[in-house]
Amino acid sequence: MKKDSNVKARIFKNNLLYVVVCVMSALTAIPLLAILGEVLVKGWQQLGWSFLTEATPNAFKAMMAAQKGEPIPGGIANGIVGTLMMLFTAAVVAIPVGILCGICLSEFRKNWFAKTVSYITDLLQGTPSIIIGIIVYIWVVVPMKGYSGFAGSVALFIMMLPLIIRSTEETMKILPESLKEAGLALGGNYWRVMLKVMLPASFGSIFTGILLAVSRVVGETAPLMFTALGGAVISYDLGRPMSAVPLMIWEFFNDPNLQDLIWGASLFLLTLVLCLNLLAKRIAKKWKI
Amino acid sequence: MQDKIFKALLIVSAIVIPVIGGGIIYSLTLDASGAFEHFGFWNFIFSDDWVTTAGKEKYGALPFITGTMLTTGLALLICIPFSLPVALFTGEYFRGKKIATALATVTDLLAGIPSIIYGLWGFYALRPIFMFLNLSPQGSGILTAAFVLAIMIVPYAASLSSEFIKMVPADLKEAAYGLGATRAEVIRRVIFPTAGSGIFSAYILAIGRALGETMTVTMLIGNTNQMPETLRTTGNTMASIIANQFGEADGLKLSSLIAIGLILFLITAIINLIGKIMIRRAQHV
Repeated sequence: MKKDSNVKARIFKNNLLYVVVCVMSALTAIPLLAILGEVLVKGWQQLGWSFLTEATPNAFKAMMAAQKGEPIPGGIANGIVGTLMMLFTAAVVAIPVGILCGICLSEFRKNWFAKTVSYITDLLQGTPSIIIGIIVYIWVVVPMKGYSGFAGSVALFIMMLPLIIRSTEETMKILPESLKEAGLALGGNYWRVMLKVMLPASFGSIFTGILLAVSRVVGETAPLMFTALGGAVISYDLGRPMSAVPLMIWEFFNDPNLQDLIWGASLFLLTLVLCLNLLAKRIAKKWKI
Repeated sequence: MQDKIFKALLIVSAIVIPVIGGGIIYSLTLDASGAFEHFGFWNFIFSDDWVTTAGKEKYGALPFITGTMLTTGLALLICIPFSLPVALFTGEYFRGKKIATALATVTDLLAGIPSIIYGLWGFYALRPIFMFLNLSPQGSGILTAAFVLAIMIVPYAASLSSEFIKMVPADLKEAAYGLGATRAEVIRRVIFPTAGSGIFSAYILAIGRALGETMTVTMLIGNTNQMPETLRTTGNTMASIIANQFGEADGLKLSSLIAIGLILFLITAIINLIGKIMIRRAQHV
């Protein structure tokens, strides 16, 4: 009799754990839905052609419009241009350097130098983004005597680099050694084998890594606050302060007159980031080694 | 010849990393030394003064270190009851099933949401709820910040723990089932002991993320510079004080903020290093 109730208790515990795991897991999906819902519901009315092609209105114009009960004119074009320009500049440097460094780390993986570099890469990857902001302020903004889009792209570069290195290194390590040996046996130069055999073979995963790096960096606000600073006009000059979409959200958040623009800008940013994420997942699945 | 150039290129690109890493430590230390010299290193860390009046300037990092510890610790506590079930869900119960992939996608997307949007959501959607429930008087404060922070680190802790749960050898589990163990018992007696160090390291890395999180916390913590008395009051973390005051700072204040940045950098670096070393060990066992 006693034994029987013991078994029952064990089965009950087992079922309880199952239910708890399922319920708690389901609860985790709620914040995602809540955030998506909130941003979508409040933001979709603002999204429109003029929202994407016009610069931020100044506080006065926004106030006048708000008083008349009209929607705030203007949009986030200055931020979109800034984000694209800084991101592009950062990526153009970070992608080749990151890939080469990743190849280096996987090729000389037993070497103490490569091991150290690998640890420092982890460390950089974990560095709080606000610290990157401070450091670029010290390295670029102070010597150049002013905030600039260039400083912003340096910050984004430092944030992207470890992510690209990691994904390249991990991919290259999985590739079979025989692939490289086959290339070398056919008489290929070392560099040719690396760049024309190994790199194309791992292209899918590296590309996924790059996309994820871009999606991580595109939403960063903290490293741009003291580097790119932001600006109200559409500017193509990297030597001057520049805006970015996440920076604009921060500005709108702090400016009571512009608060109506928050959700449109957030919807734009969120869509961009989530699309990049899903695209990366797709590619990773398709090009799986 | 070309091979030599290529190898040199590889090494040069690899040198970039230690240069950046070393440069960060060097520049932060150099610019923080002003504050450390003026107040003394330990004095600076254990002082809770924050007086910005010119001439009587006095800065200390203690309220912000405390704020960071409180938000991070609380976030970890709130995060565990969610991330552990998610890890078991994707790594054990529904491993390889479509629903597990779906949940993994959900957590991946959660991880992808920019921190400023978490901040907005926390400010406009959660803060009124916290006020309504009387959890904190102004709605913003350490509790609110920690709650949103917990949601942000669930994906990191869950996906990594799930990897380690998946790595538990099937024969160990089958042996336990063969002895008549229920699934719950297998999880408690086999999976947790085997994957334990890996799961632990996943949480250490999650802590590393929570420590440096800036925008969300800045928007939700209320930004006051005194020592936080209870979890319901407002405060500031090391990251949020920098985000708030760096822009208009100069002289001693700038140096103090950079000093706080240096402390934050060192703490996260140590936490991350411990986590990574533990992970590498756990993966090789």
